Amino acid sequence: MMDSENQGFQEAHLYASKDEMESLVLDDPLNDNKSHSNYRSAMSSLSDHNHPLSSSVPVVAAPADSDPLLAPPPYRDFGGGVGAAADSSYLDPPSYADVIFSPFDADNPGDFNGVESPSQRSENSASFSRSLSSSSSEYIKITVSNPQKEQEMSNSLVPGGNTYVTYLVTTRTNVPEFGGSEFGVRRRFRDVVTLSDRLAESYRGFFVPPRPDKNVVESQMMQKQEFVEQRRVALEKYLRRLADHPVIRKSDELKVFLQVQGKLPLPTTTDVASRMLDGAVKLPKQLFSESAVVAPHEVVQPAKGGRDLLRLFKELKQSVANDWGGSKPPLVEEDKEFMEKKEKMHELEQQLSNASQQAESLVKAQQDMGETLGELGLAFIKLTKFENEEAVCNAQRVRAANTKGLATAAVKASRFYRELNAQTVKHLDTLHEYLGLMLAVNSAFSDRSSALLTVQTLLSELASLQSRAEKLEVASSKIFGGDKSRIRKLEELQETIRVTEDAKSVAIREYERIKENNRNELERFDRERHADFLNMLKGFVLNQVGYAEKVSNVWSKVAEDTSGYVKESS
Amino acid sequence: MEQQRTVSGSSQSPRSPPSQPYLSVSVTDPVKLGNGVQAYISYRVITKTNLPEYQGTEKIVIRRYSDFVWLRDRLFDKYKGIFIPPLPEKSAVEKFRFSAEFIEMRRQALDVFINRIASHCELQQSDDLRTFLQADEETMERLRSQETGIFKRKPADFLQIIKDVQTKMSDVVLGKEKPVEESNAEHEKLKHYIFELENHVAEAQKHAYRLVKRHREYGESLSDLGRAFKLLGACEVNALGKAFSELGTKSEAISTKLQKEAHHLLLNFEEPLKDYVRAVQSIKATIAERANAFRQHCELAETIKLKEINLDKLMLTRSDKVGEAELEYKELKAASEEATRRYETIVRRMNEEFLRFQEEKTNDMGIAFHEFAKGQARLANGFADAWRSLVPKLDAYSSVSQ
Repeated sequence: MMDSENQGFQEAHLYASKDEMESLVLDDPLNDNKSHSNYRSAMSSLSDHNHPLSSSVPVVAAPADSDPLLAPPPYRDFGGGVGAAADSSYLDPPSYADVIFSPFDADNPGDFNGVESPSQRSENSASFSRSLSSSSSEYIKITVSNPQKEQEMSNSLVPGGNTYVTYLVTTRTNVPEFGGSEFGVRRRFRDVVTLSDRLAESYRGFFVPPRPDKNVVESQMMQKQEFVEQRRVALEKYLRRLADHPVIRKSDELKVFLQVQGKLPLPTTTDVASRMLDGAVKLPKQLFSESAVVAPHEVVQPAKGGRDLLRLFKELKQSVANDWGGSKPPLVEEDKEFMEKKEKMHELEQQLSNASQQAESLVKAQQDMGETLGELGLAFIKLTKFENEEAVCNAQRVRAANTKGLATAAVKASRFYRELNAQTVKHLDTLHEYLGLMLAVNSAFSDRSSALLTVQTLLSELASLQSRAEKLEVASSKIFGGDKSRIRKLEELQETIRVTEDAKSVAIREYERIKENNRNELERFDRERHADFLNMLKGFVLNQVGYAEKVSNVWSKVAEDTSGYVKESS
Repeated sequence: MEQQRTVSGSSQSPRSPPSQPYLSVSVTDPVKLGNGVQAYISYRVITKTNLPEYQGTEKIVIRRYSDFVWLRDRLFDKYKGIFIPPLPEKSAVEKFRFSAEFIEMRRQALDVFINRIASHCELQQSDDLRTFLQADEETMERLRSQETGIFKRKPADFLQIIKDVQTKMSDVVLGKEKPVEESNAEHEKLKHYIFELENHVAEAQKHAYRLVKRHREYGESLSDLGRAFKLLGACEVNALGKAFSELGTKSEAISTKLQKEAHHLLLNFEEPLKDYVRAVQSIKATIAERANAFRQHCELAETIKLKEINLDKLMLTRSDKVGEAELEYKELKAASEEATRRYETIVRRMNEEFLRFQEEKTNDMGIAFHEFAKGQARLANGFADAWRSLVPKLDAYSSVSQ
């Protein structure tokens, strides 16, 4: 029934009118610049997600005396600035104290986020809602800023060299092990990949926060500046999560990453191809020598990702045997509780993903409400202006006044919806955060599985070695005086068995260690998740209550002002 | 209020004593009839009156949308200069779906339409109105289908003359390329005002419509989130599980409020704005009629002058065509006077109507704004209460786990 074509409006008309809005004056401009600036800060923290808000609601610092009803200000480029600490995009949501509104407080809008001021923000703890570990007087605050293009020197085949981006990683901390309270280093994304890989090796079984994606496709497709900014935000989030983890924050890898100037002194991850090449080189030797043994020290790392192709094949064979073979492997995942937990985690991940999606729809819907209310208000403001200019009778003036009242309310309500939404995003972000953490959980569980596989493989190998040894013994005992070659073989075999036994012990120890890590982490994860989600729900609800009250006030006034028109009938 | 209403036209039973003249109409009881493409909606039109022109104090007839259209067209034709109340759009598409909401909106709009006519001091006297309110269904159907025929049978010889003159006159005699237009400054201002007003109100209405949609979308998303939270709650244990589950339930409950408010908004805010747009469009039609009337009046005045000159010529030459010419002249003179009269009636009516229109719209918008604000406040309060009820529970859950 709505035929907008008839009305001949183009979208451009709306944009023109937004500029127009800047020149319109309303009766009582809200002086809540503080909440406006928090809105700004809230918005900028969204730029790493595909949040519906991040692209369509740009951000700027509103000068204190500007008309607070200015609609979308131009996007501020965070990339080029120096001295990034104050520009830090990832900001904390208000605490519950902040979120609790005093009802009917329409004239004191500063109360909402009044506590937050630029200087205070940089003091606040780095990560959202994640409870710091017990020694809460310790802190590590990490900021990533100041992306810069740098040139890779020489030995590249491409003339002119490769360019890449480095970021300034600033750390502020009072942890004594760092031997310093504030320092900064330059790192590139590749360094982060290295850090992440080394941590994965050292902390098997732990829920190690996943690093940001490489986003190769996006880096080509997106605008350079936008991509760099997106990456900067993601890196910051990642490092802060690492600093948050009670065990990993103490790691050497992290320390070195944060502190050591110049080249990152961690062994780099070689690419798959060269690993395969190395492995292929070793393979013939392994196959032709009898002692194709896994050294004990290698056993502590999974076969996949290593250079030992033979080991890879053996474990693959074992896993197939586990899955398809009739005989049960010598050591089985006996921990029923663990299996249940794994199931539960999987289910949790599903539901989290679903909830996370619905949260995004909610955010979009709230944003749309705010936007449309704003547009409605704007249309009514124009109507008011028009009627006032053209009025020839009193009825028109009265109507214009009523329209203005409605318009003002609509614009105010629109503001409130947008603010509500900014906060909603922060609260429900916890869902996204935990969804991301599920990756870490899965990876920790697979650490356990692969460690078990290693053990199983070694056990099978041991079994087959031992049976070979037995056979040899039997055979050589039949020959009087012994078969010199057979005896020698037997000795070699027994040596192999000893080494393999050692490897097995190490592997079992490693497996047990990982199991223990899993257990502890699971406990911590459950505890923190419990607290974080409860906080999220509470924050979300309080936020809704606060803004609902504000919106209600705004409309109640208009309803009152127009109560004279109420039909006598109904 | 500057209106002079001789009769109250509310849709309720009047409280005034029976000695006061009253005419009250209501459009009720929509019923879908027919099948498929032929389907239509019939309404019950109940008239309560003590006016002598009407048969009895209460009459109930069955009418359909095209009957209302018939009435509107007749009034438009007979009462030039008056801003005839607008009708809801024909809407061929929605008709097929015939949602309950669409039916209710249409019924409401028709009720408003007929009541505006019944409370308009001139329109309420119309024969056609009486026919509409009283004629039996067969008569109505006959009248409705004879629509075009009736116009042809009109007794206006004047009309015929005027039309003949128009075809002869236009460009040849007047030699003007531009159509004749009034140079009335006030009228110019009005035209400009009306045309601009339509744009502004239409834009507001567009956003109002979108807002209705937004309410529905918001409701849906809250409902979906509620469901997701409930599922999430099932994964979690103890306090957290309960918290999610309760939040989910609350979210779904709130979603219902939003759907309700969307409906309320549509009927009580968006529809009045739509009605406003239609009303402005109706005025545009009246402005066009005025322009026509002015043109006819001008053209006839010109023709008269020429005929006078011609007649004088003939009289001087003592032609035997004098008699004929004199007769023709007399007829034309009468027609010209008629055209002038019509034009002046339109002008007079429009001046009165303009004020009435402004009063009416201020009142209509006052009500619409009130309903809008009331609804929004109600919604926001509902939100606040619902969410607030969760806070103590969530507090309890938090403290338990600590």
